[in-house]
Amino acid sequence: MLRQTYVMRMETSDEDLALAAAGGDGRAFSALLDRRYDAVFRLAFRLTGSQHEAEDLTQDVCAALPAKLRSFAGQSQLSTWLYRVVVNAAHDRRRRAASRARAADGWGDWEVNRRAENAETAAEIDWLTATMRALPDDLRDTLALVLDDVTQREAALVLGVTEGTVSWRVSEAKKRLRALRAEQEASL
Amino acid sequence: MSDEFEDLKAAMRAATPAPDQGKKAADLALAQKNYANLQGSQVEARLTSTRAGHGLLNGVKTMLNSLTTRGGLAATTALVAVGVLFLTPLGEDLMTPPSPVTGLRNPVPAGVDYADQTETENAGLADDATARENSARLAPPAPQVPDRAAKTSQLRAPSTGLQTFAEPEASAPVLMEEAFIDRPAPSQPEASSEEFSNAGANPVQITAETPVSTFSVDVDTASYPVIRDSLTSGSLPDPRAVRIEEMINYFTYDYPAPDGETPFRPTVTVSPTPWNADTQLVQIGIQGAMPALEDRPPLNLVFLIDTSGSMNQPDKLPLLVQSFRLMLGQLRAEDQVSIVTYAGSAGRVLDPTPASERDTILEALENLSAGGSTAGQAGLQQAYRTAADMAEAGGISRVILATDGDFNVGLSDPEALKDYISRERDSGTYLSVLGFGRGNLDDATMQALAQNGNGQAAYIDTLAEAQKVLVDQLTGALFPIANDVKIQVEFNPAQIAEYRLIGYETRALRREDFNNDAVDAGEIGAGHSVTALYEITPVGSPAQLSDPLRYATSADVPQSDELGFLRLRYKEPGSDTSRLIEQPITRDAGAPGNNGFAAVIAGVGQLLTGATYTGDWGWEEAIAAAIATRGEDPFGYRTEAVQLMRLAQSLSTR
Repeated sequence: MLRQTYVMRMETSDEDLALAAAGGDGRAFSALLDRRYDAVFRLAFRLTGSQHEAEDLTQDVCAALPAKLRSFAGQSQLSTWLYRVVVNAAHDRRRRAASRARAADGWGDWEVNRRAENAETAAEIDWLTATMRALPDDLRDTLALVLDDVTQREAALVLGVTEGTVSWRVSEAKKRLRALRAEQEASL
Repeated sequence: MSDEFEDLKAAMRAATPAPDQGKKAADLALAQKNYANLQGSQVEARLTSTRAGHGLLNGVKTMLNSLTTRGGLAATTALVAVGVLFLTPLGEDLMTPPSPVTGLRNPVPAGVDYADQTETENAGLADDATARENSARLAPPAPQVPDRAAKTSQLRAPSTGLQTFAEPEASAPVLMEEAFIDRPAPSQPEASSEEFSNAGANPVQITAETPVSTFSVDVDTASYPVIRDSLTSGSLPDPRAVRIEEMINYFTYDYPAPDGETPFRPTVTVSPTPWNADTQLVQIGIQGAMPALEDRPPLNLVFLIDTSGSMNQPDKLPLLVQSFRLMLGQLRAEDQVSIVTYAGSAGRVLDPTPASERDTILEALENLSAGGSTAGQAGLQQAYRTAADMAEAGGISRVILATDGDFNVGLSDPEALKDYISRERDSGTYLSVLGFGRGNLDDATMQALAQNGNGQAAYIDTLAEAQKVLVDQLTGALFPIANDVKIQVEFNPAQIAEYRLIGYETRALRREDFNNDAVDAGEIGAGHSVTALYEITPVGSPAQLSDPLRYATSADVPQSDELGFLRLRYKEPGSDTSRLIEQPITRDAGAPGNNGFAAVIAGVGQLLTGATYTGDWGWEEAIAAAIATRGEDPFGYRTEAVQLMRLAQSLSTR
């Protein structure tokens, strides 16, 4: 198989690296992951809202990525494909967690209330966490992508929905954000 | 763009932390290793222990990567000799109520197919069917040929960091490995990250061909509470979670106690099989002696408590603390307790402390909290030093590992763990494993630990269960009276055409290992009882499943009225040589009376695992039989079992 040097790889596209890695080139895999790791973690954080959970999710993705990579056909951009892997891994974790936590539906409300109680310690980051967690999963996932400057078109590809849906979700999310903000300000 | 949106964007940008560099390195190493495994698997057998999520093994690597060989060795010893390691998670606030997402720290099973889930479900709106379908995908990957040689060589590769534990035990039964392959897909969606240790049910044996059956005793009870937890939360248990012998041994039976110098006494009864009128059940009950409690030697207990993020749920760490609090009441002034934390800020949170200083111990227990970054190496070394301290005190040393089974920081691989625990068990330190919570219960690892550490595995789902395990049965759990107890039964082909051992699948031994004192087996604690059941088909019974051989010579079949012959081997604690107990199994062995409850539970276990042999006998009959043999039931365990059977009946007809 083709053996490139690492230096050359720095200029190789993600997609080519991924294809080489899928073909058994370990160094290509290593270079690729090294390059994309921070982005994966960033998205994981936006999806989960906690460093700890983001780390777990990132680990999941890293563990599963070698097998996943075999299904990367090079037809989409690697970043899109990789985001989809992360989002699906997050869904998967969430599903496993939710099926055990029977009160999962009320969790968002509960989180908001808890944060409201600690109003004096509530910094902006708490507002962020509370807000993100209070959103339904689909809206949150969409926001996690869009807030990361992913275009709505790419977000649609990642989430496997139409662009119209993404657009609707974003506006829905904004509506809820406004409501939440108003609610929180009222309770302060 | 609304202000809220821009605020959120800014806040998000500000809040997003940089990835932790240590974690990043570990993740990259993990991915690289999985990658290498995957490539390797195309040409040779995979190195993992054939478990589902082979990410677990990588957990070992992740941590050991940062350990020197010396550190690894220290870790090995520490784990064995010392008891309580606190697997403290990263910076978790224990006061934070559990979040549904926390707690799933296990690496994702390799079988999960993320990339194409989007195609099969409407974004974020997975209906039940999809969820079920996806959970089916979580089934273990297709089994790979477990090639011992390949595995060994991989484990020894310096790059894996596992070389310190890489001595597969040639003599160990291969069953643990077999246990992980050929498993059916889990039936419960939520069980996806749980690992269960089990093997296919024992097949019917033809006495003329295989007259001898050999297995190790098992006093674990972990399977029963797991089943109870599943049923009470409204789903039938995963068949892989059902180990019939552990269900049977969860209950106490009224066997006569030993009178002489032997530490235990076997009682054999023969009775009609509840589910088959044409076969019989041979029930072998072994009752351990209860030594005078006043004379018991002092105990050195090291609590090795998992306080990782996944423990941060009401049925885990808080229950654990309450459980140990109950147990403290049973200890005496001369007993010593120590607590070690694993990872996080502190290693040892409680120096060896006399049990009389109850307040100090309680305070340490209640102050358990997670914090700091993962410092696995420091935690393990700390545990090692604690072990060394405790060993000087004399008495019986036991490590009590309390965990939800999530060994992903350094202790993930049953094979590696088995190796180092079994090397350390000869030092005389016992290891008990207490499982808490569900979700990522790593039953396989728990079993591996307890079986190789001369200890028991129990699963604690409620405070009542803690009461049973840590208070009512504490003596048995902490004071072994017989080690390496093996049972061998030879059936008489003149009387018995076929037989079948019910349960004990993970405990089978080779026939020749019965007399080999080097082969490890189960322990019996003070006052423990162990029950094993054989379903036997008498010669000439219509229930016989196999046809007689046309060309076999029947002339030399010995003419005896005995049904079979029971042999037991055990070692007294501290001894290396086994003793033998022998007695014939006769037709007039007597009826089991209320001990027949064991047979009912055996039937229930079979109903939960496929009911190959139970015919028309169903829940209705099981419930009636259980009520008939319930007996006195002072603690209500049997009554509870009846309720669970009712639940299972409803769930299975749903």
